[in-house]
Amino acid sequence: MAKPKLKQHVINREWCKGCGICAHFCPKDVLEMDEKDKAVVKRPEDCICCKLCEIRCPDLALDVETE
Amino acid sequence: MAVKDYIRERFFPHMWCPGCGHGIVLNSLLRAVERLGMSKNEIVMVSGIGCSSRISGYVDFHTLHTIHGRALAFATGVKLGQPELNIIVPMGDGDALSIGGNHFIHAARRNIDLTAIVMNNRIYGMTGGQYSPLSGYGTMATTAPYSNIDQDFDVVDLSIAAGAAFVARTTVYHAKQMADILMKAIIHEGFSVVEVMTQCPTYFGRKNRAGDAVDMMEHMKEITTPIGSKAKEKNPDLLERGIFVQKEIPEYCQEYERIIERAQADVS
Repeated sequence: MAKPKLKQHVINREWCKGCGICAHFCPKDVLEMDEKDKAVVKRPEDCICCKLCEIRCPDLALDVETE
Repeated sequence: MAVKDYIRERFFPHMWCPGCGHGIVLNSLLRAVERLGMSKNEIVMVSGIGCSSRISGYVDFHTLHTIHGRALAFATGVKLGQPELNIIVPMGDGDALSIGGNHFIHAARRNIDLTAIVMNNRIYGMTGGQYSPLSGYGTMATTAPYSNIDQDFDVVDLSIAAGAAFVARTTVYHAKQMADILMKAIIHEGFSVVEVMTQCPTYFGRKNRAGDAVDMMEHMKEITTPIGSKAKEKNPDLLERGIFVQKEIPEYCQEYERIIERAQADVS
């Protein structure tokens, strides 16, 4: 299977409650929490599309879209 | 169908606290259902009372939000009436094993085809942090300000002793494993129990100085190990996770159907 290629991260800021689980457990440090305690993408080029953030998000606020 | 097609988006963002593990259980459960390719119409979710039980409001299946501890009793009724449906019964630790303790062991003993998910956060969150039968010795709770002297149940041992046909344990840290196990539990014919260790940062976390949601999930990684691992031999205190029991034994609805046939043959 070919390596999945990242299209974009879709973060629903209305649903995100800022727990930081996505950012903490990201193996490549792609995500960070901003000043409003919402997840933001800081280093999209490092994303390996493992989707660990997506499956661990308790608020269903994060989608990793691949091509 | 995408995961989002299985939820009632109008009720989001959900009512669970920031970092509550129940949301991760919902997330993994939706992924399990999606991978099984099930339609919303063939699933019934029955829940009782508590933070965990609010999950039934968020999924777009047939749902019943029932009374405290009695989710399995309602689910038994639904299953006997419509045996072709898949019934998922998410419960909190107190709901399943304290208030609903008897329903739990007898549903397991009968081996009726239901999937019971025990969302174990070791506390009653909704009512303000009282200790539950899974809090364990030495933990702190609103109702145990000088620490809890009650021993806890081991959900896996209890379920095996009660006769459940499928018994597994996982954690919200291991979300991928959780989705795999939930998939197998749903398709297994018979009473399936999946204990999911989850975090309540608001009550259990604060009362026990366990840190925030991230710290509590890191802790789950540290205190668990796959069944039969080498690490368990070195450190017997580690909790095993994985599938403990997966056996084929006569299922209650099928047995009941045969009783009906026998009775009808007698009459004619």
